[in-house]
Amino acid sequence: MIAELGHFALILAAFTALVQAIVPLIGAHKRWPGWMAVAEPAAGVQFIMTFASFMALTYSFVVSDFSLRLVSLNSHSLKPMLYKISGVWGNHEGSMLLWVLILTLFGATLAWFGGNLPPSLRARALAVQAWIALAFFAFILFTSNPFLRLGVPPFDGEGLNPLLQDPGLAFHPPFLYLGYVGLSMAFSFAVAALIEGRVDAAWGRWVRPWTLAAWVFLTIGIALGSWWAYYELGWGGFWFWDPVENASFMPWLLAAALVHSAIVVEKRESLKSWTILLAILAFGFSLIGTFIVRSGVITSVHAFANDPERGVFILAILAVFMGGALTLFAARASAMEAKGIFGTVSRESALVLNNILLAVACFVVFIGTIWPLISEIFFDRKLSVGAPFFNMAFTPFMVILGFILPVGAMLPWKRANLARTTKPLLPAFVLAVALAGLAWSLQSGKSLMGPVGVFLGTWLVVGSLVDVMSRTGRGSLGSRLGRLARLPRADWGKATAHSGLGVTMVGIAGLMAWESEDIRVAYIGEPFEVGAYELVLNDVNTVEGPNYISTMGDVTLLKNGEFVAELNPEKRVYPVRSMPTTEASIDYRFLRDVYVVIGDAQDDGGFTMRTYIKPLTNWIWLGCLMMSLGGVLSLSDRRYRVAAGARKAPSAGVPAE
Amino acid sequence: MKRLLMILVLVASPVWAVQPDEVLDDPALEARARELSKDLRCLVCRNESIDDSNADLARDLRLLVRERLVAGDSNDEAMAFIVDRYGEYVLLNPKTSGSNLVLWLAGPLMLLLAGGVGAVYLRRRSVAPVSGEDGLSDEEQARLKKIMEK
Repeated sequence: MIAELGHFALILAAFTALVQAIVPLIGAHKRWPGWMAVAEPAAGVQFIMTFASFMALTYSFVVSDFSLRLVSLNSHSLKPMLYKISGVWGNHEGSMLLWVLILTLFGATLAWFGGNLPPSLRARALAVQAWIALAFFAFILFTSNPFLRLGVPPFDGEGLNPLLQDPGLAFHPPFLYLGYVGLSMAFSFAVAALIEGRVDAAWGRWVRPWTLAAWVFLTIGIALGSWWAYYELGWGGFWFWDPVENASFMPWLLAAALVHSAIVVEKRESLKSWTILLAILAFGFSLIGTFIVRSGVITSVHAFANDPERGVFILAILAVFMGGALTLFAARASAMEAKGIFGTVSRESALVLNNILLAVACFVVFIGTIWPLISEIFFDRKLSVGAPFFNMAFTPFMVILGFILPVGAMLPWKRANLARTTKPLLPAFVLAVALAGLAWSLQSGKSLMGPVGVFLGTWLVVGSLVDVMSRTGRGSLGSRLGRLARLPRADWGKATAHSGLGVTMVGIAGLMAWESEDIRVAYIGEPFEVGAYELVLNDVNTVEGPNYISTMGDVTLLKNGEFVAELNPEKRVYPVRSMPTTEASIDYRFLRDVYVVIGDAQDDGGFTMRTYIKPLTNWIWLGCLMMSLGGVLSLSDRRYRVAAGARKAPSAGVPAE
Repeated sequence: MKRLLMILVLVASPVWAVQPDEVLDDPALEARARELSKDLRCLVCRNESIDDSNADLARDLRLLVRERLVAGDSNDEAMAFIVDRYGEYVLLNPKTSGSNLVLWLAGPLMLLLAGGVGAVYLRRRSVAPVSGEDGLSDEEQARLKKIMEK
């Protein structure tokens, strides 16, 4: 009964979306306030109905209603509660429902807090948002209905994939979707502005918080996924350049570009048409990501059920929305001329360069991702494009970006003097070169990657500090420090996010350049050395967990004869799916991780053991955290609190909490 | 979901990427073998190198690489040997020949193009007179003023 109500609520939401997609558009065109005003309650109703539907599905999972096909395929009565709930989105149908739930949440947030927008722009943006929602409601109802019943319910369910039974992964999809779908707001604003026929500074100010919020969520979602891969998959990789990872990374790159170009629109009324195009493309890449994950045309490790019918449906959605928006763009973009004049050396130029690098980097990832498909169709060459290609083709863009960033961040608007701007950065540069030199001399005969990473990290972090200090003006150190606390939050956000990028770069370079690895058969009680460490396998036991059986090793980690940590690497078997997973045991430290994995028992009584020393690994995620924090700080800046919704000041800029 | 497919295939006896018994005695040869393994795709996996994969077939390929290196092949010869048998699909790092030039040159060419367009745009912006776009209407100016005062 509950499931049927959920189904019904979903249908109601779809019809509400239909109304919201048409009436406000006509209202905005004819300037009928009543028709425009339909959008707000409709957006609210749409969200509430979708929420009810989502809750109905969650309820079915919580009470393990195995008469629902979806529940019986993806849940099990013995699963811990957290994974019963995360099982709702651990499958294609449920995750699509979460996708539209978030979509309608963004729409409703705009309706509730967007009081300061011009009524026609708001009505149009909400209408565009409803068109997107309508497409996805249809997709769910016609191809991926989560509420299908089974004629003969099984006695118990088939369980959730054990790899997904992990706290990191339970929250990875919701954050990713908040990011993906958040970009729909940028898209809706862009299309609404195109219909409206004008883009001004205020538009930049409205669209930026949504993009920034989406970018923050994407950053967290990607970082969670990468962290999960690191500790769960058993050899400590953090990024595989898998098509589905790329699918989340491409919108991230474009959202980062958009966050920067929207500043130029807001402050200088330039780069307008480019910003609109970026907003359209960023959401386009979200849709492409959805297509890649759910159609199975590109071989990926993450793919959900590979159903061609669903693939075609999403491709049609993609074609309609991108085709429509780009046609509109082609027709209207020329009307949006830039206003600001600026010199070749200026903040504006630096942000243009930032956009070029991010957009081209995204293009490289895109072409690498789809090349196997293109090559097979057009050139009859079946080939693979893997990590080695991306590492080589993508990395240079990030290195250049990191190199110019601190300078660009300090350049004044309009017209700048390069020598004057770079002068305060000189100490940061010298320090970065010195540390890179130190790293170079400490490592022997290894690649340049480590030193380059150290240079970029130092340069970005210290450069950001210099930037923040320079904002405090002149005077004694005391008074400048006093002024530091009163700087706009956006300045702090910028410095934090840029430093975070540097920290992540050091982490990636350090891990990739200086990792060491040991593979051996370990015997109980016999110590062995890995790098500067000594390990002893004390014992191996069989332990029973709530829904798995584990072979758990007991390993002591020592350095110079002194105890460092007790590690318990596990190999688990989940009987419901008879699938083994590895649970690496990691001694997390600031400067390095020691990562231990236990494998099979050997005939002679030993166990396969892999030990990795992974320098600076945690910096990768620390940096991501700093980037997200920077985004949040920037979102809480006064100008957004004022602009985005004066009535509900503090939370208005953040669309979903 | 990484390895899902593989694991389903290998439910009975999961094995591991690079086993201790595969490792060559000569550290220099082993290092070369590892380096080659990172560029070779595990054919039954989804986007994993044989160095990372725990599939039986990946193990066979790892052993084959080592066999060739021990037999005295150079890195290129060993790779050519494997590509001959398994096809281009096995290479994670696509060749730079023929149609693949498009793939390899796409990034640099796009950067040049974007840089060119960007440069023209910047030049124009630094000299162009203010274009005649309408500013805010009076009503909107008043609205803006009200918002900014809050």
